[in-house]
Amino acid sequence: MRESWNDQGQGFHPVSAPDYLPTVQLRDLQLRRLKAVVTRAYDNVAPFRERMAERELTPAVIETLADIAKLPFSLKTDLRDNYPFGLFASPMSEIVRLHASSGTTGKPIVVAYTQEDLQVWASVMLRTFASAGVHRGDIVQNAYGYGLFTGGLGAHYGLEAIGATVVPTSGGNTDRQIMLMRDFGVTGICCTPSYFIHLIERAGELGVDLRELPLRVGIFGAEPWSEGMRECIEHGSGIKAFDIYGLSEIIGPGVGSECHEQAGLHIFEDHFYPEIIDPETCQVLPDGEEGELVLTTLSKRAMPMIRYRTRDITHIITEPCSCGRTVRRIARVARRSDDMFIIRGVNVFPSQVETALLAVEGILPHYRIVLTRDHGLDQMGVEVEVSPEVFSDQVSVMEALHKRLSHSIERITGIRAGVRLVEPHSIPRSEGKAKRVWDERTA
Amino acid sequence: MKVTQISCFIENRPGRLHAACEALASRRINIHTLSLADTAEFGILRLIVAEPDAGKAALDAAGYVTRKTEVLAVEVPDDAGGLASVLAKADTAQLNIEYMYAFSAEVGARAVVIMRFSEPDRAVEALQRAGVNLVAPIALLAKA
Ligand SMILES: [Zn+2]
Repeated sequence: MRESWNDQGQGFHPVSAPDYLPTVQLRDLQLRRLKAVVTRAYDNVAPFRERMAERELTPAVIETLADIAKLPFSLKTDLRDNYPFGLFASPMSEIVRLHASSGTTGKPIVVAYTQEDLQVWASVMLRTFASAGVHRGDIVQNAYGYGLFTGGLGAHYGLEAIGATVVPTSGGNTDRQIMLMRDFGVTGICCTPSYFIHLIERAGELGVDLRELPLRVGIFGAEPWSEGMRECIEHGSGIKAFDIYGLSEIIGPGVGSECHEQAGLHIFEDHFYPEIIDPETCQVLPDGEEGELVLTTLSKRAMPMIRYRTRDITHIITEPCSCGRTVRRIARVARRSDDMFIIRGVNVFPSQVETALLAVEGILPHYRIVLTRDHGLDQMGVEVEVSPEVFSDQVSVMEALHKRLSHSIERITGIRAGVRLVEPHSIPRSEGKAKRVWDERTA
Repeated sequence: MKVTQISCFIENRPGRLHAACEALASRRINIHTLSLADTAEFGILRLIVAEPDAGKAALDAAGYVTRKTEVLAVEVPDDAGGLASVLAKADTAQLNIEYMYAFSAEVGARAVVIMRFSEPDRAVEALQRAGVNLVAPIALLAKA
């Protein structure tokens, strides 16, 4: 549905209509799209067809939505194994865009879009911005990286579609970001939450108080972040901070987003079908139970993904949202099963360390986790930057802080960590996803 | 009668203390006296400088975390038991001393100790009433 010339810039946007579909119609739409996309993948993607054949399955197995549980999963390794174009369901003549992840080791993963895919992407990003209250007349600085990463261009076309003025700064050059934000009267910003915290910090050093600027709304994603980080951002900059969710393998940003209730992320279910599974047994869990999010692209043409295991840990919220949207919500993703590390047999997530630091300091300090091995024994070190808020001229006060941090981490993770207080800016900053864990254990 | 002290968090890494002093020197800020309280992990550098605001700004710009604190420059009779007599007076007034360190040079012919009280205002009043001489910031300047 398109915007009409006389629609006002604010509030409900017509393209958001699918967010409010009656559930019966939504499920019917999902079933029809699921059948079609499974058939498309089966007919055009050899590795998927082979995996179905191993289980003696054909697309005819899908009679109801619940039958999706009979289908094989897709994994990140499938994208690596079929690098670069092995999972495409469209001929190259129909593919108009490629993106690729940096990937930590070896080959990147490559994703593809047809023109229809790009239209869907722009529409779900438009719905993302609409649910965060961005509208025509807003000036939005897009500090997600432009290029192979999906964040920059994904947000860009959604912003143009909603009619906002885009300032395509891409990532980096923090001082210039702050100057443009101030000079242009920017009202919205898109970037990773950790980069925005860096922006707040740097703006303070430059004598710019973001709370005094017209900046009103932030759309943050591409990495897990916590409720504490939201408080830190909203307090430090005076904006309303929204969490969005997405991943390149599925489409990029635009899989789901928070509405003004800021209580979980609505999944754009007419395009992306969510399931939660037990990551150990791979069994589907009922709504409300925590597990790994699995997504199926219901309308993707160039690169359909069937039951893609995201590694993100969350649950589906069962209560309807008071905003009136009928598409289901997932709880914010605070941790990934990928981020988890095992130390002395205990599973630890960086988000737990974050919670522990927040509990002591009230705001989230810059920190990093360094894992080392000393005489065969794993050690967890946590370096915490001393902020002006916690610094004292008294040794006893600093030692007490050190002790409280150690206790808090041990209480929450069950691991006794070597906490080290370090000077500000001594921990490297990243302009994309924040790197929290340095694993320096060698076998 | 209070003196502004700058404190600065220093990691126990080679060169960090030197870099802090360098940050002050490059802006030609004179250090009157300093004291480093250190633990195995970190140190807290405490400085009395000619221009505390400029000194703090120089350290902030160099990336240090700093804080301004009010301390007292207390004149101590230069004889055996001199310090003890001042401490006795602080004790009588129930003043809590967080820490103290000696001023590195004599001010005029007087020995001076920098004292950090938990309640600096009450300390000024009580010590002066007890006849202890407090040295004004301006007088510290004259030391060299
Ligand atoms: Zn809602």
